[in-house]
Amino acid sequence: MQTLRYLAAAFLLMVFLASVGADFLSPAPYERQFRDHPNEPPSRRFPLGTDELGRDRLSRLLHGSRVSLLLAPAAALLAVFLAALVGLSAGFLGGWFERAAMACTDLFVSLPWLFLLLTVRALLPLNVAPWTSVSITFLLLGLLGWASSARVIRAGAAAVRGSDFALQARAAGCRTARLMMVHLLPNLRPAIAAQFWISIPVFIWSEANLGMLGLGVTEPLPSWGNLLLELANYRAVFAAPWLLAPAVLLVLVSSGFHFIFSKEDPCR
Amino acid sequence: MPVTRLPLLALSAYLAWGQWGGELRFCLRSDPKTFDPLAVADDSSETVRYLTGGVLVRVNRKTQQLEPELAESWKVAEGGRKIVFKLRERVLYSEGTPFSAEDVAFTVRRMMDPALHSPTGDSFRSGSGEVRAETLGPHRVSILFPSPIAGLERLFDQVAILSAVSPKAVLGPFVVAEHKAGSHLLLRRNPNYWKKDASGRRLPYLDSVRLDIQQNRDLEQIRFRRGEIHLIDSLDPETFDSLAAEAPASAIDAGPSLDTEMMWFNQVRNAPLPEYKKAWFRSKAFRRAVSESINRDDIARLVYRGHARPAVGPFSPSNRFWFHAGLRPHGFDPAGARRKLEQEGFRLDGAVLRDREGHPVEFSLVTNSGNKTRARIASLLQQDLAKVGIRLNIVPLDFPSLIERINRTFHYEACLLGLVNVDLDPNAQMNVWLSSAANHQWNPNQPSPATPWEAEIDRWMRAQASTLDPKKRKAAFDRVQEIVWEEAPFLYLANRNFLAAISPALRNTAPAAMRPQTFWNVERISFANQISGRR
Repeated sequence: MQTLRYLAAAFLLMVFLASVGADFLSPAPYERQFRDHPNEPPSRRFPLGTDELGRDRLSRLLHGSRVSLLLAPAAALLAVFLAALVGLSAGFLGGWFERAAMACTDLFVSLPWLFLLLTVRALLPLNVAPWTSVSITFLLLGLLGWASSARVIRAGAAAVRGSDFALQARAAGCRTARLMMVHLLPNLRPAIAAQFWISIPVFIWSEANLGMLGLGVTEPLPSWGNLLLELANYRAVFAAPWLLAPAVLLVLVSSGFHFIFSKEDPCR
Repeated sequence: MPVTRLPLLALSAYLAWGQWGGELRFCLRSDPKTFDPLAVADDSSETVRYLTGGVLVRVNRKTQQLEPELAESWKVAEGGRKIVFKLRERVLYSEGTPFSAEDVAFTVRRMMDPALHSPTGDSFRSGSGEVRAETLGPHRVSILFPSPIAGLERLFDQVAILSAVSPKAVLGPFVVAEHKAGSHLLLRRNPNYWKKDASGRRLPYLDSVRLDIQQNRDLEQIRFRRGEIHLIDSLDPETFDSLAAEAPASAIDAGPSLDTEMMWFNQVRNAPLPEYKKAWFRSKAFRRAVSESINRDDIARLVYRGHARPAVGPFSPSNRFWFHAGLRPHGFDPAGARRKLEQEGFRLDGAVLRDREGHPVEFSLVTNSGNKTRARIASLLQQDLAKVGIRLNIVPLDFPSLIERINRTFHYEACLLGLVNVDLDPNAQMNVWLSSAANHQWNPNQPSPATPWEAEIDRWMRAQASTLDPKKRKAAFDRVQEIVWEEAPFLYLANRNFLAAISPALRNTAPAAMRPQTFWNVERISFANQISGRR
């Protein structure tokens, strides 16, 4: 298991470095259209082939990885931070605060956030650089995506609240803030970490779906999200299996996160 | 006639006749909103109307010529205000009641009833005053309009004649037999349909048409490949190519459709845009330079995989009469575009084009999100314009937001959309070309024409609408097309081909550019493997 974790870490590091160094590793600029070479299969010149406009798929995958691997974890971090804040407080403090916080969480889950996103897009200025647009997208995802994680963390916090060590700490005069930070938070770290890792692919997929509504990453900037949209045509995937590269990368990266995270499993 | 030709003639006659029986199946995107043929406003209801409704005259979708149906002949009089139809005799409704002039008069009166708000009737509203329908005998009817309507007789292609005595009776080839909302619609052959084939057999050949309600286009394709349905309208080029590779006989490229993809700049005077950008968009040289920077051949080749052609104007070449054959698409000429821009005071500063005040030339292009084709066109435009130093930002928006911007707030700079033509006649585009019209997209609802060339377009559009002479009408609309080509308020990009999937089991299909493209001759469509029989 340890070897697997090392391998996963090495793989993630490699993908991360490749995405950071995409400008140097890409065979061509990601937006450049080789119009005489559309839909080409993999070759020495285009290792992952070209898309329908003749853009090099490998270059787009590397740059798309940069967008997704930097911004999806950032959004996940924001969402989990908010979830931990609400979940921990609600679970530990209990009483009216817990009821109020959970009512807010339920309300947040039930809100038609899609319309909120559409409204935000409609309010954005017209001439927004693609990087600004994508940053706003992920910021919104982070701000809106905390509610379900908060419920999980609250359940964990409520369980720990009644534990013997928490009672003992309280009896010893430990203040609430210290109790939460020193006793509660370390015990909930696996749950929080799990929510973090789970949120990353969720946000990547959310971005892909938002792309269909115009709020995702705009052309010509690539992301795993808009690269994955090509898989909608399943027959094309059979004919050109290299189209699966972004999906394979997403699965491997998600699995890599999982293997690293599995070290934190308290049940083992 | 040489004897050797006889077997050939016999064979061609055999092929033209259909085989009797069978059920044609295809999909509708949604349930029909209405079964009232005069209240039709959606595609599904339109399909049902076409399959069940009998009309006085029909535009042959292949030849685009008007042909008699329930009317044997007709005469337009009083300068286009009046039309007199001589009706076919011994025609029965599906329920067995006879068809007469009274039914036509009843249909017209009902269609023009303001309380019905009939979209079909809207095409006939030519001015204030009443439309009068009078029977001149059992099989002659006269309809008088308050003011002349150019192309009046062609409008009757859309008018399904109702029965004055039996609300459910129809005159079309099929009757609605069963409707399960959200599932399917079953149409059975009209036993009294008036048309017969060359051998005297009563049409249609098919026993029934089953219309499955299927929103998902992927599932529709899977069902076609399994042989569960027989037709698919409007395939995207990717699917078409994949189908053509698997089953070439099923994939039909019927040539240019009537639809056009285009972009335009916002020229609305009070639009919430910087004044310097409005000045660019109002400049003919700027619009023409942008147009000449666009490689339309690449759009046709890459976005449509060759199943399209560069567009030249509002009508595609498939509109045989109204298309201006003398015009050619604006050529791809970045060097010429740069020259035009320089003459207008623009200059290249490194890779960035700047106007005479030094503003970098950058604008946004709004389009509807979720449309892969338009996203690809926008990407090509982005790279093409970058070559002349123009930065294009693509803004895909959900459709309601897009419509809000282009029709109400005018908070956009340029827009990429398509024009779906369902009518061959330019009169149907009066609401686009008149400067006072709401759909005069680049600058709608003008109290008076903002430019001399828009005033000229207004004049020519009114001229073509006020004469009945087809040659004069054509000349007037040709002039409109020339002005539009010259001034480029719309930058026409591509006319996509009509791509369809048609089962090889079907015979007598003849896909055409006009809707309904694949089943317009449904009464003559048959299955190859049905047992021949006589009705």
